[in-house]
Amino acid sequence: MSTKPVIDLKFYLKLFWTTFTLSLFTFGGGFVIVSLMRKKMVVQLGWIDDEEMMDFITIAQSSPGPIAVNASLMVGYHLAGVPGALVSTLGTILPPMVILSLISVGYEAVAENTWVKAAFHGMRAVVAAIVLQVTWALFRTLAETKKVLPLVLFAVAFIALFVFRVNIMVVMVMMVLLSILLSIREARKEKMR
Amino acid sequence: MTILLQLFVSFFQIGLFSIGGGYAAMPLIQAQTVEMHTWLTPLEFADLVTIAEMTPGPIAINSATFVGMRVAGIPGVLAATLGNILPSVIIMLMLARLYERYREQTLMKHILEGVRPTVVAAIFTAGLSLLKLAVGPISSLDYFALGVFITAFLFANGRKITLSPIILLLFGALGGIGWSALGF
Repeated sequence: MSTKPVIDLKFYLKLFWTTFTLSLFTFGGGFVIVSLMRKKMVVQLGWIDDEEMMDFITIAQSSPGPIAVNASLMVGYHLAGVPGALVSTLGTILPPMVILSLISVGYEAVAENTWVKAAFHGMRAVVAAIVLQVTWALFRTLAETKKVLPLVLFAVAFIALFVFRVNIMVVMVMMVLLSILLSIREARKEKMR
Repeated sequence: MTILLQLFVSFFQIGLFSIGGGYAAMPLIQAQTVEMHTWLTPLEFADLVTIAEMTPGPIAINSATFVGMRVAGIPGVLAATLGNILPSVIIMLMLARLYERYREQTLMKHILEGVRPTVVAAIFTAGLSLLKLAVGPISSLDYFALGVFITAFLFANGRKITLSPIILLLFGALGGIGWSALGF
Protein backbone atom coordinates (compact mmCIF):
# COMPACT_ATOMS: atom_id res chain seq x y z
CA MET A 1 0.00 0.00 0.00
CA SER A 2 1.07 3.53 -0.67
CA THR A 3 1.15 6.20 1.97
CA LYS A 4 0.34 9.70 0.82
CA PRO A 5 3.06 12.08 1.99
CA VAL A 6 2.47 15.14 4.15
CA ILE A 7 1.94 18.11 1.85
CA ASP A 8 4.36 20.80 2.93
CA LEU A 9 7.07 22.88 1.29
CA LYS A 10 9.56 20.05 1.74
CA PHE A 11 7.24 17.71 -0.16
CA TYR A 12 6.90 20.14 -3.09
CA LEU A 13 10.68 20.51 -3.29
CA LYS A 14 11.07 16.74 -3.22
CA LEU A 15 8.40 16.31 -5.94
CA PHE A 16 10.06 18.96 -8.10
CA TRP A 17 13.51 17.46 -7.63
CA THR A 18 12.26 13.92 -8.36
CA THR A 19 10.55 14.85 -11.63
CA PHE A 20 13.43 17.17 -12.58
CA THR A 21 16.09 14.45 -12.23
CA LEU A 22 13.84 11.84 -13.91
CA SER A 23 13.44 14.12 -16.91
CA LEU A 24 17.10 15.19 -16.99
CA PHE A 25 18.54 11.70 -17.09
CA THR A 26 15.99 9.95 -19.25
CA PHE A 27 16.93 9.47 -22.86
CA GLY A 28 14.76 7.60 -25.29
CA GLY A 29 11.26 8.92 -25.03
CA GLY A 30 8.09 8.59 -23.02
CA PHE A 31 8.03 4.85 -22.41
CA VAL A 32 11.43 4.88 -20.75
CA ILE A 33 10.59 7.76 -18.45
CA VAL A 34 7.27 6.28 -17.27
CA SER A 35 8.92 3.00 -16.30
CA LEU A 36 11.59 4.88 -14.35
CA MET A 37 8.88 7.04 -12.81
CA ARG A 38 7.12 3.91 -11.60
CA LYS A 39 10.33 2.67 -10.02
CA LYS A 40 10.91 5.97 -8.23
CA MET A 41 7.33 6.78 -7.14
CA VAL A 42 6.13 3.26 -6.32
CA VAL A 43 9.18 1.34 -5.20
CA GLN A 44 11.55 3.93 -3.76
CA LEU A 45 9.26 6.66 -2.42
CA GLY A 46 6.13 4.54 -1.88
CA TRP A 47 3.89 7.51 -2.72
CA ILE A 48 1.67 5.58 -5.14
CA ASP A 49 0.67 1.92 -5.37
CA ASP A 50 1.46 -0.19 -8.38
CA GLU A 51 -2.09 -0.48 -9.66
CA GLU A 52 -2.63 3.29 -9.57
CA MET A 53 0.65 3.86 -11.38
CA MET A 54 -0.35 1.40 -14.13
CA ASP A 55 -3.64 3.28 -14.54
CA PHE A 56 -1.80 6.61 -14.73
CA ILE A 57 0.53 5.27 -17.41
CA THR A 58 -2.38 3.92 -19.46
CA ILE A 59 -4.22 7.23 -19.24
CA ALA A 60 -1.03 9.20 -20.04
CA GLN A 61 -0.44 7.08 -23.13
CA SER A 62 -3.96 7.32 -24.43
CA SER A 63 -4.32 11.08 -24.08
CA PRO A 64 -3.02 13.93 -26.25
CA GLY A 65 0.38 15.42 -25.49
CA PRO A 66 3.79 14.10 -24.42
CA ILE A 67 3.51 10.93 -22.30
CA ALA A 68 6.09 12.11 -19.76
CA VAL A 69 4.23 15.39 -19.19
CA ASN A 70 0.87 13.60 -18.94
CA ALA A 71 2.20 11.05 -16.44
CA SER A 72 3.75 13.81 -14.31
CA LEU A 73 0.46 15.69 -14.32
CA MET A 74 -1.46 12.61 -13.15
CA VAL A 75 1.03 11.75 -10.42
CA GLY A 76 1.29 15.34 -9.17
CA TYR A 77 -2.49 15.77 -9.12
CA HIS A 78 -3.00 12.48 -7.32
CA LEU A 79 -0.51 13.43 -4.62
CA ALA A 80 -1.34 17.08 -4.05
CA GLY A 81 -4.08 18.36 -6.37
CA VAL A 82 -3.54 21.18 -8.87
CA PRO A 83 -0.45 22.67 -7.15
CA GLY A 84 1.15 19.20 -7.17
CA ALA A 85 0.34 18.76 -10.86
CA LEU A 86 1.93 22.10 -11.73
CA VAL A 87 5.07 21.45 -9.67
CA SER A 88 5.70 18.02 -11.19
CA THR A 89 5.03 19.33 -14.71
CA LEU A 90 7.48 22.18 -14.22
CA GLY A 91 10.09 19.69 -13.01
CA THR A 92 9.52 17.57 -16.11
CA ILE A 93 9.68 20.31 -18.76
CA LEU A 94 12.49 22.43 -17.29
CA PRO A 95 15.47 20.20 -18.23
CA PRO A 96 14.59 19.91 -21.96
CA MET A 97 13.75 23.63 -22.07
CA VAL A 98 17.12 24.67 -20.71
CA ILE A 99 19.11 22.13 -22.73
CA LEU A 100 17.38 22.86 -26.05
CA SER A 101 17.61 26.63 -25.53
CA LEU A 102 21.38 26.30 -25.23
CA ILE A 103 21.57 23.93 -28.20
CA SER A 104 19.42 26.24 -30.32
CA VAL A 105 21.85 29.11 -29.72
CA GLY A 106 24.83 26.81 -30.36
CA TYR A 107 23.24 25.38 -33.52
CA GLU A 108 23.04 28.80 -35.16
CA ALA A 109 26.70 29.35 -34.38
CA VAL A 110 28.00 26.02 -35.72
CA ALA A 111 25.43 24.96 -38.36
CA GLU A 112 27.65 26.20 -41.22
CA ASN A 113 30.81 24.55 -39.87
CA THR A 114 32.13 21.91 -42.31
CA TRP A 115 32.62 19.21 -39.68
CA VAL A 116 29.25 19.82 -38.04
CA LYS A 117 27.64 19.62 -41.47
CA ALA A 118 29.48 16.36 -42.18
CA ALA A 119 28.32 14.88 -38.85
CA PHE A 120 24.69 15.85 -39.51
CA HIS A 121 25.03 14.45 -43.06
CA GLY A 122 25.70 11.03 -41.52
CA MET A 123 23.20 11.37 -38.67
CA ARG A 124 20.36 12.41 -40.98
CA ALA A 125 20.37 9.00 -42.64
CA VAL A 126 20.42 7.32 -39.21
CA VAL A 127 17.41 9.33 -38.03
CA ALA A 128 15.46 8.33 -41.15
CA ALA A 129 16.35 4.70 -40.37
CA ILE A 130 15.25 5.01 -36.73
CA VAL A 131 11.93 6.61 -37.65
CA LEU A 132 11.16 4.02 -40.35
CA GLN A 133 12.17 1.20 -37.99
CA VAL A 134 9.72 2.61 -35.41
CA THR A 135 7.06 2.74 -38.14
CA TRP A 136 7.69 -0.89 -39.00
CA ALA A 137 7.34 -1.96 -35.36
CA LEU A 138 4.11 0.06 -34.97
CA PHE A 139 2.73 -1.32 -38.22
CA ARG A 140 3.39 -4.88 -37.08
CA THR A 141 1.37 -4.35 -33.88
CA LEU A 142 -1.45 -3.01 -36.07
CA ALA A 143 -1.28 -6.04 -38.34
CA GLU A 144 -1.06 -8.49 -35.43
CA THR A 145 -4.54 -7.57 -34.22
CA LYS A 146 -5.75 -9.43 -37.35
CA LYS A 147 -8.54 -6.93 -37.78
CA VAL A 148 -9.31 -5.47 -41.19
CA LEU A 149 -10.50 -2.02 -40.10
CA PRO A 150 -7.16 -0.75 -38.70
CA LEU A 151 -5.35 -1.76 -41.89
CA VAL A 152 -7.97 -0.07 -44.08
CA LEU A 153 -7.73 3.07 -41.94
CA PHE A 154 -3.94 2.94 -42.24
CA ALA A 155 -4.13 2.72 -46.03
CA VAL A 156 -6.69 5.54 -46.27
CA ALA A 157 -4.66 7.79 -43.97
CA PHE A 158 -1.40 7.03 -45.79
CA ILE A 159 -2.87 7.81 -49.21
CA ALA A 160 -4.43 11.02 -47.88
CA LEU A 161 -1.17 12.15 -46.27
CA PHE A 162 1.43 10.92 -48.73
CA VAL A 163 -0.29 11.07 -52.11
CA PHE A 164 -2.81 13.87 -51.68
CA ARG A 165 -0.83 15.82 -49.06
CA VAL A 166 -3.91 16.45 -46.92
CA ASN A 167 -3.09 18.41 -43.76
CA ILE A 168 -2.46 15.92 -40.95
CA MET A 169 -4.72 17.76 -38.52
CA VAL A 170 -7.66 17.41 -40.92
CA VAL A 171 -7.04 13.66 -41.13
CA MET A 172 -6.74 13.39 -37.33
CA VAL A 173 -9.99 15.27 -36.70
CA MET A 174 -11.83 13.00 -39.17
CA MET A 175 -10.45 9.89 -37.48
CA VAL A 176 -11.32 11.15 -33.99
CA LEU A 177 -14.90 11.83 -35.11
CA LEU A 178 -15.08 8.41 -36.76
CA SER A 179 -13.85 6.69 -33.57
CA ILE A 180 -16.41 8.54 -31.46
CA LEU A 181 -19.17 7.42 -33.86
CA LEU A 182 -17.97 3.81 -33.77
CA SER A 183 -17.71 3.98 -29.99
CA ILE A 184 -21.32 5.20 -29.70
CA ARG A 185 -22.52 2.48 -32.07
CA GLU A 186 -20.74 -0.18 -30.06
CA ALA A 187 -22.22 1.12 -26.82
CA ARG A 188 -25.71 0.88 -28.38
CA LYS A 189 -25.08 -2.68 -29.50
CA GLU A 190 -24.07 -3.61 -25.94
CA LYS A 191 -27.34 -2.16 -24.67
CA MET A 192 -29.41 -4.16 -27.20
CA ARG A 193 -27.95 -7.40 -25.94
CA MET B 1 -1.14 38.04 -35.31
CA THR B 2 2.06 38.50 -33.37
CA ILE B 3 4.76 35.89 -33.64
CA LEU B 4 4.38 34.84 -29.99
CA LEU B 5 0.69 34.14 -30.46
CA GLN B 6 1.44 32.17 -33.64
CA LEU B 7 3.99 30.04 -31.76
CA PHE B 8 1.52 29.49 -28.93
CA VAL B 9 -1.32 28.47 -31.27
CA SER B 10 0.87 26.20 -33.42
CA PHE B 11 2.29 24.29 -30.49
CA PHE B 12 -1.12 24.16 -28.80
CA GLN B 13 -2.37 22.30 -31.90
CA ILE B 14 0.66 20.00 -31.82
CA GLY B 15 -0.05 19.20 -28.16
CA LEU B 16 -3.74 18.66 -28.78
CA PHE B 17 -3.36 16.32 -31.75
CA SER B 18 -0.32 14.27 -30.76
CA ILE B 19 -2.17 11.23 -29.49
CA GLY B 20 -0.27 8.02 -28.94
CA GLY B 21 2.98 9.33 -27.57
CA GLY B 22 6.58 9.13 -28.70
CA TYR B 23 6.88 9.81 -32.37
CA ALA B 24 3.23 10.82 -32.86
CA ALA B 25 4.13 14.49 -32.42
CA MET B 26 6.79 14.46 -35.14
CA PRO B 27 4.57 14.68 -38.26
CA LEU B 28 2.54 17.43 -36.57
CA ILE B 29 5.68 19.40 -35.75
CA GLN B 30 6.76 19.03 -39.36
CA ALA B 31 3.37 20.24 -40.65
CA GLN B 32 3.35 23.29 -38.36
CA THR B 33 6.97 24.42 -38.45
CA VAL B 34 7.98 23.54 -42.03
CA GLU B 35 4.81 23.50 -44.12
CA MET B 36 2.30 25.88 -42.50
CA HIS B 37 4.88 28.32 -41.18
CA THR B 38 8.37 28.59 -42.56
CA TRP B 39 10.13 28.64 -39.23
CA LEU B 40 12.42 25.76 -40.21
CA THR B 41 13.74 24.49 -43.54
CA PRO B 42 13.19 20.76 -44.18
CA LEU B 43 16.90 20.26 -43.49
CA GLU B 44 16.72 22.14 -40.18
CA PHE B 45 13.71 20.00 -39.23
CA ALA B 46 15.75 16.84 -39.89
CA ASP B 47 18.54 18.27 -37.72
CA LEU B 48 16.01 19.07 -35.00
CA VAL B 49 14.76 15.45 -34.96
CA THR B 50 18.40 14.34 -34.74
CA ILE B 51 19.05 16.68 -31.80
CA ALA B 52 15.82 15.59 -30.09
CA GLU B 53 16.95 11.95 -30.36
CA MET B 54 20.18 12.79 -28.55
CA THR B 55 18.78 14.92 -25.72
CA PRO B 56 16.48 14.04 -22.82
CA GLY B 57 12.84 15.08 -22.83
CA PRO B 58 9.80 14.70 -25.09
CA ILE B 59 10.34 15.60 -28.76
CA ALA B 60 7.45 18.11 -28.64
CA ILE B 61 8.97 20.05 -25.74
CA ASN B 62 12.39 19.89 -27.40
CA SER B 63 10.94 21.21 -30.65
CA ALA B 64 8.89 23.93 -28.95
CA THR B 65 12.03 25.18 -27.21
CA PHE B 66 14.26 24.93 -30.29
CA VAL B 67 11.79 26.64 -32.62
CA GLY B 68 10.66 29.20 -30.02
CA MET B 69 14.27 30.22 -29.34
CA ARG B 70 15.11 30.58 -33.04
CA VAL B 71 11.99 32.53 -33.93
CA ALA B 72 11.58 34.80 -30.90
CA GLY B 73 14.21 34.14 -28.22
CA ILE B 74 13.29 33.27 -24.64
CA PRO B 75 9.73 34.72 -24.87
CA GLY B 76 9.31 32.42 -27.89
CA VAL B 77 10.46 29.43 -25.84
CA LEU B 78 7.91 30.22 -23.14
CA ALA B 79 5.04 30.84 -25.59
CA ALA B 80 5.69 27.65 -27.59
CA THR B 81 6.25 25.41 -24.56
CA LEU B 82 3.26 26.76 -22.67
CA GLY B 83 1.11 26.26 -25.78
CA ASN B 84 2.41 22.73 -26.12
CA ILE B 85 1.62 21.58 -22.58
CA LEU B 86 -1.65 23.47 -22.11
CA PRO B 87 -3.85 20.81 -23.82
CA SER B 88 -2.19 18.18 -21.60
CA VAL B 89 -2.80 20.24 -18.48
CA ILE B 90 -6.48 20.79 -19.28
CA ILE B 91 -7.24 17.24 -20.42
CA MET B 92 -5.22 15.46 -17.74
CA LEU B 93 -6.70 17.50 -14.90
CA MET B 94 -10.17 16.62 -16.21
CA LEU B 95 -9.29 12.94 -16.55
CA ALA B 96 -7.53 12.88 -13.18
CA ARG B 97 -10.70 14.17 -11.53
CA LEU B 98 -12.77 11.56 -13.38
CA TYR B 99 -10.26 8.87 -12.50
CA GLU B 100 -10.50 9.54 -8.79
CA ARG B 101 -14.26 9.05 -9.19
CA TYR B 102 -14.76 6.30 -11.73
CA ARG B 103 -11.34 4.76 -12.39
CA GLU B 104 -12.06 4.02 -16.02
CA GLN B 105 -12.33 5.81 -19.30
CA THR B 106 -13.62 3.99 -22.34
CA LEU B 107 -14.06 6.85 -24.79
CA MET B 108 -10.36 7.85 -24.66
CA LYS B 109 -9.39 4.24 -25.30
CA HIS B 110 -11.70 4.08 -28.31
CA ILE B 111 -10.32 7.32 -29.70
CA LEU B 112 -6.78 6.05 -29.25
CA GLU B 113 -7.58 2.81 -31.05
CA GLY B 114 -9.32 4.73 -33.83
CA VAL B 115 -6.48 7.15 -34.51
CA ARG B 116 -3.61 4.69 -34.10
CA PRO B 117 -3.59 3.66 -37.80
CA THR B 118 -3.47 7.35 -38.77
CA VAL B 119 -0.63 7.99 -36.34
CA VAL B 120 1.36 5.11 -37.85
CA ALA B 121 0.63 6.38 -41.38
CA ALA B 122 1.71 9.90 -40.38
CA ILE B 123 4.98 8.72 -38.83
CA PHE B 124 5.59 6.61 -41.95
CA THR B 125 5.04 9.65 -44.19
CA ALA B 126 7.37 11.78 -42.06
CA GLY B 127 9.97 8.98 -42.10
CA LEU B 128 9.82 8.82 -45.90
CA SER B 129 10.35 12.57 -46.18
CA LEU B 130 13.33 12.33 -43.81
CA LEU B 131 14.71 9.50 -45.95
CA LYS B 132 14.28 11.52 -49.14
CA LEU B 133 16.04 14.43 -47.50
CA ALA B 134 18.91 12.22 -46.38
CA VAL B 135 19.60 10.31 -49.59
CA GLY B 136 18.48 12.87 -52.16
CA PRO B 137 16.39 12.33 -55.30
CA ILE B 138 16.76 9.09 -57.28
CA SER B 139 18.47 10.93 -60.16
CA SER B 140 21.39 11.96 -57.91
CA LEU B 141 21.39 9.41 -55.12
CA ASP B 142 23.74 9.99 -52.18
CA TYR B 143 25.25 6.50 -51.94
CA PHE B 144 27.08 7.20 -48.69
CA ALA B 145 23.82 8.27 -46.99
CA LEU B 146 21.97 5.31 -48.51
CA GLY B 147 24.61 2.93 -47.11
CA VAL B 148 24.37 4.54 -43.66
CA PHE B 149 20.57 4.34 -43.82
CA ILE B 150 20.51 0.63 -44.69
CA THR B 151 23.11 -0.23 -42.04
CA ALA B 152 21.31 1.78 -39.36
CA PHE B 153 17.94 0.29 -40.34
CA LEU B 154 19.31 -3.22 -39.92
CA PHE B 155 20.98 -2.48 -36.57
CA ALA B 156 18.12 -0.38 -35.14
CA ASN B 157 16.24 -3.62 -34.52
CA GLY B 158 18.57 -6.39 -35.57
CA ARG B 159 18.10 -10.09 -35.17
CA LYS B 160 21.36 -10.51 -33.29
CA ILE B 161 22.54 -7.03 -32.38
CA THR B 162 20.29 -4.08 -31.58
CA LEU B 163 22.01 -0.75 -31.04
CA SER B 164 20.45 2.19 -29.21
CA PRO B 165 19.59 5.33 -31.21
CA ILE B 166 22.38 7.29 -29.47
CA ILE B 167 25.04 4.76 -30.49
CA LEU B 168 23.70 4.63 -34.05
CA LEU B 169 23.75 8.43 -34.27
CA LEU B 170 27.30 8.49 -32.95
CA PHE B 171 28.37 6.06 -35.68
CA GLY B 172 26.48 8.15 -38.24
CA ALA B 173 28.24 11.32 -37.11
CA LEU B 174 31.67 9.66 -37.17
CA GLY B 175 30.89 8.15 -40.56
CA GLY B 176 29.87 11.53 -41.94
CA ILE B 177 33.02 13.20 -40.61
CA GLY B 178 35.20 10.37 -41.91
CA TRP B 179 33.56 10.49 -45.34
CA SER B 180 34.11 14.25 -45.48
CA ALA B 181 37.74 13.89 -44.30
CA LEU B 182 38.37 11.44 -47.14
CA GLY B 183 37.48 14.30 -49.45
CA PHE B 184 34.12 13.19 -50.78
